[in-house]
Amino acid sequence: MNFTHTEDRRMLADALDRYVAEQYSLETRHKISQSAQGYSPGQWAKFAELGVIGALFTEAQGGFGGDGFDIAVVFESLGRGLVVEPFLASAVLAGSALAHAGNDAQQALLAGLIDGSHIATLAHEEADAHYALHRVSTRAVRDGDHYVIDGAKAVVALGDQAQTVIVSARTSGDVASEDGISLFVVPADAAGISLRAYPNIDGTRAAEITFRQVRVPASALLGAEGQGLATLEHAVGRGILALCAESLGAMEVTKKQTIEYLQTRKQFGKAIGSFQALQHRMADVLLEIEQARSAVINAAAALQADRSTRERALSAAKYSIGRIGTLVAEECIQLHGGIGMTWELPMPHYAKRLVMIDHQLGDEDHHLARFIALGQA
Amino acid sequence: MDLSFTPEEQAFRAGVQRFLTDKVPARLTARVRDGKHLGKADLQAWHALLNDQGWLASHWPEQYGGPGWNTVQKFIFDHECALAYAPRTIPFGVNMLGPVLIKYGSEAQKQHWLPRILSGADWWCQGYSEPGAGSDLASVKTSAVRSGDHYIVNGQKTWTTLGQHANMIFCLVRTDRDVKPQEGISFLLIDMATPGVDVRPIITLDGEHEVNEVFFTDVKVPVDNLVGQENKGWTCAKYLLTYERTNIAGVGFSDAALARLKLIAARTLKNGQPLARDPLFAARLARVEIDLENMKTTNLRVITAVAGGGAPGAESSMLKIRGTEIRQELTALTRRAMGPYALPFIKEALQDGYDQPAVGPEEAASASAQYFNNRKLSIFGGSNEIQKNIISKMILGL
Repeated sequence: MNFTHTEDRRMLADALDRYVAEQYSLETRHKISQSAQGYSPGQWAKFAELGVIGALFTEAQGGFGGDGFDIAVVFESLGRGLVVEPFLASAVLAGSALAHAGNDAQQALLAGLIDGSHIATLAHEEADAHYALHRVSTRAVRDGDHYVIDGAKAVVALGDQAQTVIVSARTSGDVASEDGISLFVVPADAAGISLRAYPNIDGTRAAEITFRQVRVPASALLGAEGQGLATLEHAVGRGILALCAESLGAMEVTKKQTIEYLQTRKQFGKAIGSFQALQHRMADVLLEIEQARSAVINAAAALQADRSTRERALSAAKYSIGRIGTLVAEECIQLHGGIGMTWELPMPHYAKRLVMIDHQLGDEDHHLARFIALGQA
Repeated sequence: MDLSFTPEEQAFRAGVQRFLTDKVPARLTARVRDGKHLGKADLQAWHALLNDQGWLASHWPEQYGGPGWNTVQKFIFDHECALAYAPRTIPFGVNMLGPVLIKYGSEAQKQHWLPRILSGADWWCQGYSEPGAGSDLASVKTSAVRSGDHYIVNGQKTWTTLGQHANMIFCLVRTDRDVKPQEGISFLLIDMATPGVDVRPIITLDGEHEVNEVFFTDVKVPVDNLVGQENKGWTCAKYLLTYERTNIAGVGFSDAALARLKLIAARTLKNGQPLARDPLFAARLARVEIDLENMKTTNLRVITAVAGGGAPGAESSMLKIRGTEIRQELTALTRRAMGPYALPFIKEALQDGYDQPAVGPEEAASASAQYFNNRKLSIFGGSNEIQKNIISKMILGL
């Protein structure tokens, strides 16, 4: 048993931490997130150069990592820096889907994702699905050697920035059937795609994407027709781990800044951290963050395990992170008092991200229910 | 990162499992599983079984008769014992006093007392808490006044677990009133057969006699029974409290209780459906299962850090808090699973030799009593609020 990361991973995390500290200040981050693009192509190229994107892929895929603990160290560091680049959308979600089910031509897209020259995203969420992966009402109908896609996808990360959109659509079955879901690799400029892009409250960016009679060649199909759910689950599973680790990194910073505030802010003539009512709340926060860290370790370690073990560990982690991330955010704002409500301070921006992570790839309730269902299967 | 046990550790685990399967009588494991009481003879028999195997003093170095286990082995041992529903080891002699004597005792004290702990010749109990010294332990008032070759002890100890079985008690006594509370305490070993020692039962809310009050009236204690230096007893006290905390989270107890609860929830019907399928019950069960999985990994992180030379500090406090919360939630869910059968309480059904059929499901006999009894978990060993003070002080630096 050993709970230390390999030297390679520690070096990667150190290099990434250093880069973010020097080149990705909160001020820089605000500018990037308020830009029209919502990420920085220049920064993205730098991250690619540092090898951070490559660390999320295996050697066979053109990277040099790809393990659960590679995802964990990278995203924990990104969380500490509150980075808004396309790591989750392009590298983890779209990248994992392409790597999992892509044919040679589709796998060839990975090189561009890894070197940062190409941005892809995964459009799977729908307005009425509320995180359920198998609930797909977007339809794709075969028409000769083409498919015609109709439907709407919700809150697609960097939906207006991606050059390639991987979209889930139903080729058979009813709206909630686990069979009959297919994935398509679609160029973002395909005729019939329209989108409405917007900023998110946590500084990230997304879009509603509508597909109206979008004709794609049959070669756009990713994996076998009707068998897309397994690929979706694979990609989303890796995304869940990434989000959990990102949250852990953000929790650490939130915690550190709150402790510093408790030590320095004086009221009634002494540091407010000397008050037991606040000490016990902070002690709870610390305890919960250590449980969150264990949840991330459990999920990362289970990533190569059999489906039931893996998916239960992922749901357990996402449930834990959703619950604890929200707790940390709420408690740290409260412990800061009024100043915790201001834009000026870094902490509230971390708090917003912590809460919003619960709204990506399934919240606390969704994953608790899923954990139960997987245990009863 | 590697969360698996080494082949050596797995072999060790298999050895422990073999011992438990072969040697622990089924009558005992059934009673432990069902939350029924074990008498003094049963507990002594379990100690003797472990001692024969050389495993009783799992925290002692080999030169004093310990097995020489590292923290991971101790964790595995405790975990397997709990999973097998083995009786609990009475900690006062082997896990508490033993390490203190080894660290602070004179050579003569070690020679005399340690073998008697192993053989079971002495049954020790703990004289720490007093009516006015609970969480504020340093305020103990029981006095020991030097008179020739003896101390004369007067005062009262309380919450003395299984003191009714004990022949010896180790006590924190005040030997100097004129200094800071922590600086006037001494660590004294007292023979309970000495005139002036009076043990009176405290009946707990579940109707049980587990704890006692111990009164001392002009009790003569030889000065040879002082451990460490006079007025330095607080050092021993703290050492005892922090010495061995690999099992503070009680992961094994929780694993065993969860496994049992899942079986109960699967066969208990609610409105024609297994209780395990009831969404609200299932959600509480899943929450505690996830909390337990997380805490298990936290516990292993602490243990491997200690094995690598680190010292558990505030992490022990975290494990104590979350570990007891989980154990209490599991007893609460087990009680709830009984439905109306949580109400009937036939005290004799928990004693040896009771042969009447159970009222309601078999587990109902002890479910509510266990729930109420386990409220103690977040109170003893430093209440969970005291643990939060420790976390604040050590980690927050507040």
